[in-house]
Amino acid sequence: MKWEVVIGLEIHAQLATKSKIFSGASTAYGAAPNTQACAVDLGLPGVLPVLNAGVVSMAAKFGLATHSAVAKRSVFARKNYFYPDLPKGYQISQFELPIVHDGYIDIDLENAETRRIGITRAHLEEDAGKSLHEDFHGETGIDLNRAGTPLLEIVSEPDMRSAREAVAYMKKIHALVRYLGICDGNMQEGSFRCDANVSIRPKGQEAFGTRAEIKNINSFRFVERAINYEIERQIDVIEGGGEVVQETRLYDADRDETRSMRSKEEANDYRYFPDPDLLPLEMDQAFIDAVEKTLPELPDAKRDRFIQAYDLSRYDASALTASRELADFFECTVEAAGGEGKLSANWVMGELSGLLNKEGRDISTSPVSPERLGGMLQRIKDGTISGKIAKQVFEAMWNDEGDADAIIEKKGLKQITDTGAIEKIVRDVLDANPRQVEQYKGGQEKLLGFFVGQVMKATQGKANPGEVNKILKGLLSA
Amino acid sequence: MQLGGQLCYLSRLPQPSIEISTMSLDTEAVRKIAHLARLGVEESENELYARNLSDILSFIEQLNAVDTRGIEPMAHPLDASQRLRADEVSETDRHEQFQRIAPKVGAGLYLVPKVIEY
Amino acid sequence: MYQKTIAELAAGLRAGEFSSEELTRSYLDRIEKHDEKLNSVLTLTASAALEAAKAADKRLKNGDATMLTGIPYLHKDIFCTLGVRTSCGSRMLDNFEAPYDATVTAQLKEAGAVMLGKTNMDEFAMGSSNETSFYGPVKNPWDLERVPGGSSGGSAAAVAARLAPLATGTDTGGSIRQPAALCGVTGIKPSYGRVSRFGMIAFASSLDQGGPFATCAEDAAHMLEAMSGFDRRDSTSIDRPVDHYAEGLAEDLCGLKIGLPREYFGEGLDARVGAAVEAAIEEYRTLGAEVREISLPNASLAVPAYYVVAPAECSSNLSRMDGVRFGYRCDNPRDLEDLYTRSRGEGFGAEVKRRIMVGTYALSAGYYDAYYLKAQQVRRMIRDDFVRAFEDVDIIMGPVTPTTAFKLGEKADDPVTMYLSDTYTIAVNLAGLPAMSVPAGMAEGLPVGLQLIGNYFDEGRLLNAAHKFQQVTDWHTRMPAGFE
Repeated sequence: MKWEVVIGLEIHAQLATKSKIFSGASTAYGAAPNTQACAVDLGLPGVLPVLNAGVVSMAAKFGLATHSAVAKRSVFARKNYFYPDLPKGYQISQFELPIVHDGYIDIDLENAETRRIGITRAHLEEDAGKSLHEDFHGETGIDLNRAGTPLLEIVSEPDMRSAREAVAYMKKIHALVRYLGICDGNMQEGSFRCDANVSIRPKGQEAFGTRAEIKNINSFRFVERAINYEIERQIDVIEGGGEVVQETRLYDADRDETRSMRSKEEANDYRYFPDPDLLPLEMDQAFIDAVEKTLPELPDAKRDRFIQAYDLSRYDASALTASRELADFFECTVEAAGGEGKLSANWVMGELSGLLNKEGRDISTSPVSPERLGGMLQRIKDGTISGKIAKQVFEAMWNDEGDADAIIEKKGLKQITDTGAIEKIVRDVLDANPRQVEQYKGGQEKLLGFFVGQVMKATQGKANPGEVNKILKGLLSA
Repeated sequence: MQLGGQLCYLSRLPQPSIEISTMSLDTEAVRKIAHLARLGVEESENELYARNLSDILSFIEQLNAVDTRGIEPMAHPLDASQRLRADEVSETDRHEQFQRIAPKVGAGLYLVPKVIEY
Repeated sequence: MYQKTIAELAAGLRAGEFSSEELTRSYLDRIEKHDEKLNSVLTLTASAALEAAKAADKRLKNGDATMLTGIPYLHKDIFCTLGVRTSCGSRMLDNFEAPYDATVTAQLKEAGAVMLGKTNMDEFAMGSSNETSFYGPVKNPWDLERVPGGSSGGSAAAVAARLAPLATGTDTGGSIRQPAALCGVTGIKPSYGRVSRFGMIAFASSLDQGGPFATCAEDAAHMLEAMSGFDRRDSTSIDRPVDHYAEGLAEDLCGLKIGLPREYFGEGLDARVGAAVEAAIEEYRTLGAEVREISLPNASLAVPAYYVVAPAECSSNLSRMDGVRFGYRCDNPRDLEDLYTRSRGEGFGAEVKRRIMVGTYALSAGYYDAYYLKAQQVRRMIRDDFVRAFEDVDIIMGPVTPTTAFKLGEKADDPVTMYLSDTYTIAVNLAGLPAMSVPAGMAEGLPVGLQLIGNYFDEGRLLNAAHKFQQVTDWHTRMPAGFE
C-alpha cells in the first residue's frame, strides 16, 4: 500500500526578552543554578505574576509576519500538573483564546513548487525549569533558572507531507523569528525546539490516521531523522497488522529512535482554567499598527526584491535571505562592490560560504568583512585582478593580511594589461614551442589553451586573459 | 494538535478522565481525584471523604437547574485588562536566602527523589 | 487605654501622655493575660514590636508620623512577614518564613504601625468557624464554648477582647464580615482590587481581599486607608487614588437610599438576629435614610456557585505546596509520587483536602462545562443583580449571618451546613463589591452584625453610614466579660 505522511509541528521559541514573562528575573543563559529564579519563578506562597510588555509586542510581530490574526483579546490559563521543574504545579499558558491564530507561511519545496503551511495558533506561555539527574546520590536536582522564560508556542496545521517539508517549515520559522528579532534561535541552548505530530494514512484517504507526538527535538537534522524513523515505525506497525497508539514518544538522538514515554500525566487531565491572577490581555488596533511599523523586511519580501534588484535566481535569492545576517552581509558586499549583485552573490555563496562551513563559523564571525569582499570585487570588475588571482587575494584577506588593494600591491598581483608587454611574452612562448605552433596551424585549435596556460605561467597568472587570447589568436593566424 | 484551526482552541478535552457519575462519588472516585491532586488520603478516610464530597456535589448540583443560556462566564470581578510591566531586569540573586527555607538542597539545586526518565 | 479610639491614641501619643512603647507593652500584657482562653494569637513578636514601638516614638517626636504610627495591631497569619513565620494556619507552612513582606505588611510598616504578632485562622482561610486551624480553634470571647467565626477568627476574637485595637483579615466568602459579626467588632472587606494581594497567601484569587478589623468604623477607616492602594506587583490591583475615608465619616445620611433584599430576610434567618437587624435599620430611618425593599433574585445561588469557583481556584493555588522548595516535607519519601502525596496528605487538614478535591473534580476534563463554566455564568447573574440594585439604592443592608455564634464542634462534621453559614456574605465576593459588618445588637448575650454592602469603590460611604450608626448606638463599645 502507498502511504501518505501527515505532519504537524509545535515549535517552542523562547522570546528574546531581558526579563521573564511574569517576573523581573533575568533570562540570561548559563547562570549558576537557581541564581536567576526569583520568588515569582519559584512559586513561593503569596507572590503574583505581572505580564512583561516585551512578550506582547513580540507575539504580535510574529502574528503580523505570518498573516495571522492578532487577537484583540487573549486570555492566560493555567495548565495544572505536578512535576518538580514546574514550581507552581501549573504552567501559565493560553488555551481557549491565544494571542495569535489562523495564519500561514509558504515554504519552498525541492521541485521548485511552494506549499502553504497553516499556522493554527501561537500562544504565550512560561518555560519550565530543568531537572538534572546526575551526581546527587540517587536524587534529582532542580534548577529553576529557566522557569518563567517566555515561550511562543507555534502550532502548525497538519499540512506537511514529508520530513523534508517539516524541516523546511521549521527552518522558515527559525529564519522568521530571527529576522523579527524575537528569538535568538539558539537550538543548542534550547531557545528553539519542537515537537512533531506524525501520522500516516493510505494515499487518497481523507481521515487522519492515529498520530504520535514526538517530543524534544532540538536540531533540524534530528527533526528529519526522528520523523523518518517514526514514519517507518508506523508503517511497520500497520503493515504488521497492528495499530498505531496515540501517545507521546521521545526522540533519542544517540540511538536514532523514538520510544514511548508512557503516560507522563494520567490521561493528560490538565484542568485548564483562566488564571485568576491575570486579567484578559487586550490590544487595540493602534497598538497593533504601531507594532506593524516596526516590522523589518521579511524573508519572502527580501527574496523577491533580491531577484528583482540583483537579477538573481530564486534559488540564490532564497539562499541569501535564509538569515537576516547573511542577507545583510550580501547587501553590504553589493554596495561595496559598486552594485555588482550577481558577482557578489557568487562570491558570498561560493568561496565565502565554503570557507565558513569548513571552519564551522557563521556569517557573523566571518574574518572577511563585506566591505573588504566588495572592495576586492571592484578590482575584479575593473580588471586589476582576474577571478583566479582573486582567490589568492581572498585567502589573504581571510588570513587578515589587509584589504584587497594592499594585498594586490604587496604581492604584486596586479594584472598585466599593457598589450606591448603581453605581446612580448606571447612571442617568447610561441618561439619556445615551435612544434605546438605547427600542430595548431595544422588544425589542432584546442592547443590555444596550452598557449594561454604557458603565458599565464610566465606571468604568474597576472596577464589579462582577454588580452592574452586576442594577441595569441592574432599572432597564430598571421 | 491535528484538529482544524478553530476547533483546536474552542473545544475542550472531550473525554472525562475520571469515570464517575455526578452527584455521588464512591471511594474509588475519591482515590482517583486524590491522586490527580497528589493528596495522600488514608484508606480509612476514603469513605468519609466520599460522603462529604457527594454532599457538596449534590449541593452544587442545584446550579444545573439555572437557565444560563447566552450568559458570558465571568472569570473575574474586574472589567479591566491586564497591565504590563516594562521588560527590565529588576530582581537580584537571592538564592541563598530562598534556599534557607527549602527542605532539601545541594549544590544550589532543589533535591527531590530521583525522577524516572522515560 | 484599650478603650480609646485610634484618633484618641494618636492624640495621646502626640501629646506625650504615653509612648508607643508603653502602649505596645500594655497590649502585649493583655495578650499574655487573656489569650490563653482564646488561642487567637499564633506568634507573638514581642521584642520586634517593642523595637518598632521605639522607632515609632522617634518618628512621633520628629513629626513625620501618620495616623497609625505607634499604634499596635495584630496581623492575620496569611500575610507574609519577612523573618516571622507565616503559617496560614496549616501544618504545611508551620516552618515557613517568607523571604519577603506582603505589600500590606510593608504598607503598615511604612505607616509606623506596630505588629504585635500573627493571628490564628482557619487553615488556608478555608472555614467559617476557625476550627480547621492546625493550631486548634479560636474561642469566641463572648462565650468560650462558641466559635468566633472564620476564617479570620483570631483577628476578630482578639479585637473583640481588646487584645489589639486593630487587626487585619482577609475575606474570600465572608472571612472578615462573619467573624466580625459573631465577635461584635467592625470589619470591612473592600472592593476587589483595592488592597494588594501580593504576599497574601492565595485561597481563591478572584475572590480574596484583605481588610481591617477594628472596634469602630472610624478606626477601620484609618486602617483601611493605610492598607489600600495600587500595587504594581499585583495584576489585579486597581490604579486609582485612595480615598481619605476618615474625612467623610461625618456626612449626613439624610436621603441615603437603603435597599433591603427580601431574599436576605426569609427562611433560615434566626428570628432574634432578624429582629436586631430590623431594629438597626430603624435607626437608619431615624437618621434620615430612605429604606426600601429590593430583590436579588439569584441570591440563593451564591453559595453553590462559590463552592465551585473557590475550590477550583484553591485546588490550583495550593499545588505549589509540594514539599520541594519550602514548607512541609514528609519523612523519607520513597519516590517523587510519595513525596507529593505524603507531604500534601500529611501537611493539609481535612477541609483543605475536601476543597482541593472538589475543585480538582470541577475542573477535570468532562466536568469543566457542567461545573466551572456554569458557576461562572451564575456568577455574572449574581453580579448583575447587584448592578441593577445599585441603580436605585446607595447601600444594601441585611444580616451578616443567619445565626449568632454557634457551638464549637456543632457543624464541624457537616461541610454543607457549615458553608450555609456564609449565605449572606458570599455573593459580595463573587461580585467583587465592598461590604462591612457592624455590631448591631445582642441576642442572648451574643453579638449580632449588620451587613452594609456598597457599590464598587464606595467604601467611604459604607464607613460613613457605619460611623453615623455608631454615634447613636453603643453596640460597638460593648466588651465581653472577663477581658477587662
